[in-house]
Amino acid sequence: MSSYGAEAKPRMGFFTDTSVCIGCKACEVACKEWNLLPADGLEWTGHSYDNTGELSANSWRHVAFIEQDKPLRIDGDFATADGTMAVDALEGGGAAPMRWLMESDVCKHCTHAGCLDVCPTGSLFRTEFGTVVVQEDICNGCGYCVPACPFGVIDRRELPRKPEDAPLALPLLGSKEDGRVWKCTLCYDRLKGGHEPACAKACPTHSIQFGEVDELRERAEQRLAKLEAQNWNGPRLYGHDADDGVGGFGAFFLLLDEPEVYGLPPDPVVPTQHLPRLWKTTALAAAVMFAGIAAAFAGGAE
Amino acid sequence: MGFTKLLESWPVVRQLRDGDLLATGKTVQSARTRALRPRLERADHVGHSVCPYCAVGCAQLVYVEDGEVTQIEGDPASPISRGRLCPKGSASKSLHAGPLREYKVKYRRPYGTAWEELPLDEAMQMIADRILVARDADWDAENRRTLAVGNLGGATLDNEENYLIKKLCSALGVIQVENQARI
Amino acid sequence: MPGLGTSLGRGGATDYQQDLMNADCIVIMGSNMAENHPVGFQWVMEARERGAEVIHVDPRFTRTSAMATKFVGIRAGSDIAFLGGIVNYIFGHEAWFDEYVKAYTNAPVIIGERFLDTEDLDGLFSGWDPALKKYDPETWQYEGMEVKSEAGSPPKGEQAGHGGAGAGMEGGEPPAEDETLQHERCVFQILKRHFARYTPELVADACGCTAEEFLYVAQKLCENSGREKTGSIAYAVGWTQHTVGVQIIRTAAIIQLLLGNIGRPGGGIVALRGHASIQGSTDIPTLSNTLPGYMQMPHVEDPRDLAEWIDRYKAPTGWWGKLDTFMVSLLKAWWGPAATKENDFAFSYLPRIDDDNSAYWTTEQMLEGKVKGYILVGENPAVGSANGRAQRLGMAKLDWLVVRDLVEIESAAFWYDSPEIESGELKAEEIGTEVFFLPAASHVEKDGSFTNTQRLLQWHFRAVEPKHDCRSDLWFYYHLGRILRERRKDSKDPKDRPLLDLTWSYPTAGEQEDPSADAVLAEINGHDDSGQPLGAYKELKGDGSTACGCWIYCGVFAEGINQAARKKPHWEQRYAAPDWGWAWPANRRMLYNRASADPAGNPWSKRKELVWWDPKEQKWTGHDVPDFDEQTPPDYVPPDGAEGPDAIAGNHPFIMQADGRGWLFVPQGLQDGPLPAHYEPHESPVGNPLYRQRANPALHTWKDEDPYSAPESEEFPYVVTTYRLTEHHTAGGMSRFLPYLAELQPQMFVEVHPALARARGLTHGGWATVMTPRSAIEGRVMVTNRMRPVRIRGKLVHQVGLPYHWGQRGLTTGGAANDLAHMAVDPNVHIEEVKAFTCDIWPGRRPRGAKLAQLITDLRVRAQQP
Repeated sequence: MSSYGAEAKPRMGFFTDTSVCIGCKACEVACKEWNLLPADGLEWTGHSYDNTGELSANSWRHVAFIEQDKPLRIDGDFATADGTMAVDALEGGGAAPMRWLMESDVCKHCTHAGCLDVCPTGSLFRTEFGTVVVQEDICNGCGYCVPACPFGVIDRRELPRKPEDAPLALPLLGSKEDGRVWKCTLCYDRLKGGHEPACAKACPTHSIQFGEVDELRERAEQRLAKLEAQNWNGPRLYGHDADDGVGGFGAFFLLLDEPEVYGLPPDPVVPTQHLPRLWKTTALAAAVMFAGIAAAFAGGAE
Repeated sequence: MGFTKLLESWPVVRQLRDGDLLATGKTVQSARTRALRPRLERADHVGHSVCPYCAVGCAQLVYVEDGEVTQIEGDPASPISRGRLCPKGSASKSLHAGPLREYKVKYRRPYGTAWEELPLDEAMQMIADRILVARDADWDAENRRTLAVGNLGGATLDNEENYLIKKLCSALGVIQVENQARI
Repeated sequence: MPGLGTSLGRGGATDYQQDLMNADCIVIMGSNMAENHPVGFQWVMEARERGAEVIHVDPRFTRTSAMATKFVGIRAGSDIAFLGGIVNYIFGHEAWFDEYVKAYTNAPVIIGERFLDTEDLDGLFSGWDPALKKYDPETWQYEGMEVKSEAGSPPKGEQAGHGGAGAGMEGGEPPAEDETLQHERCVFQILKRHFARYTPELVADACGCTAEEFLYVAQKLCENSGREKTGSIAYAVGWTQHTVGVQIIRTAAIIQLLLGNIGRPGGGIVALRGHASIQGSTDIPTLSNTLPGYMQMPHVEDPRDLAEWIDRYKAPTGWWGKLDTFMVSLLKAWWGPAATKENDFAFSYLPRIDDDNSAYWTTEQMLEGKVKGYILVGENPAVGSANGRAQRLGMAKLDWLVVRDLVEIESAAFWYDSPEIESGELKAEEIGTEVFFLPAASHVEKDGSFTNTQRLLQWHFRAVEPKHDCRSDLWFYYHLGRILRERRKDSKDPKDRPLLDLTWSYPTAGEQEDPSADAVLAEINGHDDSGQPLGAYKELKGDGSTACGCWIYCGVFAEGINQAARKKPHWEQRYAAPDWGWAWPANRRMLYNRASADPAGNPWSKRKELVWWDPKEQKWTGHDVPDFDEQTPPDYVPPDGAEGPDAIAGNHPFIMQADGRGWLFVPQGLQDGPLPAHYEPHESPVGNPLYRQRANPALHTWKDEDPYSAPESEEFPYVVTTYRLTEHHTAGGMSRFLPYLAELQPQMFVEVHPALARARGLTHGGWATVMTPRSAIEGRVMVTNRMRPVRIRGKLVHQVGLPYHWGQRGLTTGGAANDLAHMAVDPNVHIEEVKAFTCDIWPGRRPRGAKLAQLITDLRVRAQQP
């Protein structure tokens, strides 16, 4: 259903493989440097090594850190091998398992994108690459899209009330501080020039993989099969299924635990899912009404 | 504006023509969006550099437009880094042109309570004076050295810089020439 | 890096990062590679994906541990016990690579009968002088050999650490050997006895891991070594920053030599350097005790005559036999026409050093008011050196200080913004130090080369001009030299002669008159007397007809082309990528790669082939530049009386060593023993489980301003270790000032285990004050299972983790961990022990103002108590 005809490109997206993510946050920085995003404040959260907290208007990549008392692998050759941490010196014995999950989150570029559906200005649009992008020159900051995203990705950039409220109280980097909504563009400008998105290019361990979504899905399935064969603890694909509540993600993930563990909704549903049915009912009602009016006119003519 | 163009400027017409009935695709693209290109393409030249943080030695491409660095990213040609950069390497444009970078000489006189301005040339002359005074006052002729002056460098110094430091200091008889490499 | 140098011949990583992909087992220890070398870590991940075992041994569970196939937690400062356990395991399980060990190491060599081991002397080797607090290595020698120079001044430090230790190997008979390795005084047997008590149980007791965990590591490393497989060991400052740093690395070298992992694909020891050119900064040293290419700086007690000096420091055999050619060429590079045969090539122009003129010695001199002026170039000792308070108090006693940096770092601001100013101990109006802050140029504003962690010189090109007063350090030193020479141009004072005769005419360009970095690199490379660039260090002469600024870099400007600037994409060349940059020596990517072939010159296995002897062509060939004389056949036996490189046999791959072998036992060149032994850190909450000698007997400590806690102190009961985070860089000068990095780790924090938090009432997210006899700092509390207590012989020992990136300045500020650290140093390299010392910790923020000064006084008193 692309509107691009011959200009349409294969759908592009990310496969983020958390089993090789080292939590370095290069993606966050590379994104900010390329997209000239403002710094996001100096709040220490105490949530492991995550001080970004969530995706926002100013952070389009966010690395989540989860410390768990679980082994990285469950049995086979690696049984009790990895992740165990000395003896529990306090209890005087027994190995305690440990793993540290890291995941670089990003806009999912949904097949059925709620933000796009509700945008009244035509600011949000679907690109020829199948990605979902905000046009900063059109967005009027109405914010309808914000609750329409089941992941809480899209976000309004608050206007600093006083100059000293600006992030870091420093001259803002870039010129985009104006109350509009912002999110990952999958580096639309770079894609137009044949360059991969900044985050994927920087990623030291290839945890963020950029490519044609169809090809990435195949790769993800192979990866999952390999991890399952190696008895990894809890690998699963997230956003890989075209039948899910958003029609599958353009940017999907291999996780090592339930999505909730990473702060992701387990079963995301686009709020506008029922929109087509709604349109049909409306159309039916309109048709009945028109029929009635027509009948009345017809009757009147008698 | 011809009639056809005028007609096309009306989004509904484009929506119908492009099959973009819900107006979520091509038809809603603004002129800015249509013209969008990566700023890499506007670079006057692309410099080849090496990341100044750790010693992995990642290769960097430095995009320059009108004399300003507009982007630094990894150079895929490197056999070591293959175009990748860590968060620090990715932030190196901010290292080069961050908000706290200093551009002018600052001078603090003895017992002073504030920085003062000082021209670079004058600072160089004053530093040269002080080196000579300290060296003249504390000279060990037998061992051709002074212990009154020391030099401590970071390990982000280029080889060529280290070479001139060691060469000049040795000629001056300054032996306390040290480096982060020890620390 | 004498740890590697004395064992193998050169102070550099033996392997290149990409080759980690070929390893079957990688042990990362003393390094948090994923966090501190994230992009290099891609090669570890590649190996893991190919099925390699990736083991991380560390006091903390880090982002590296999270990626490993096995993590083993140990107590900070117990590394030699763990590694020594592996050595013992190798002997116990007959896991050594027999042919490799017999042919390529000094295992068969017999040591003189007067040698006594730590097993005999309860933690000391023979030759210890308690009065001088140093060793005389005379009894450590090969049987039949004599120490060349008189006791007390053998080659030491960096030259020794670079194979130059062989300088002492002269006189007497060739070493006696026992090829069967049975003689009770052969190195093999000595080593076996030395580590016999390093059992799995002892390892568990000293390190706090379980015996099973230890055995897993030992077994995997041994299983993945041999003809068909290789294992690699990667380390960083988690090993060097100890009072036994050099000996930790030595233990790793012993393991890798015994297992036959040096010089082979996927094998070796990867020293991970933390700064862009830290390798370069020791190759072309800005170090007090060396000259370029690891030559010794002349000592006050050394001969004044060049020939005598050369004779003292050259080795009779091996490449150090060519010392005269290296030294004379350097003198010609520096003093050109003024260096003549008649004046000993201006050898007397070189200043002379004492036993120690290193950075912490200078700190002490500053505190005593003896140093008048100090120049800091991209270095921030106020927060980056151990015992920050001593550093700042020292700087407050200077007459003048020059600071060159990109931002106003703590060392530039100490006179108005420091903990001592805050506490009232120092007042700006009372500090007489004159301070010059000169803004530096960034890496994209200058040409030049960095030498990375794998000895690879890579050129960076200037992309833009530096603005306003910003200048490169090359500009600063060139013009400073120019001005100084101008000032003294009419001087008749002999002390100005070396300055005036110095070759100092580099072409400059542009309005800023920037000197040419290319011209400097060309001088470093060297040229002959007709001005032609040299191609290799073999071409150097001792008669004054060649000039070369750094012999190991000779070839980097071969044919007049900047070889370091080569950037041929990796997809257009073979795996080792020889046309990307230039690696010293001679563009070899893997050192000692002669050892990848068996004594007869054939690869040990097809799977691990790298360099081999081609009998048809009668030369060495393969996938890398052979680290061996290309024409010397494997069966070459040096004639009697052969000297220099000619004395290295065709089956001896370690060509920098006087005997061409890897040294399991180091008879010369180390200050603290020929073999590693487990010593406790200078500050430790537990005693030594192995020897009565508790800590390294030869370590150096300092006076007054560097107090230490008593051994097994109850007052400072916790082990503390300092480290970096991915998001920051060292003392923060290049990261805390950047918005995008500052926000990722915006506050100083202290990592503790829940049990310690309970014991001391610390709450997650609250504040804690960490105290040592040096100072007290505060940080937010991070309670995490990633920090674990360990049980050491029944005693529960908690460990406290401190990132050391913070200070007073920048976008994010906080307590400087280095304020807590002490300056006690390793005797070989004078590196401080910031990876394991002791502390106390209490909830809440630290006192402010005068109360802080009072607390520091109290802490000193507490330090005296047991």
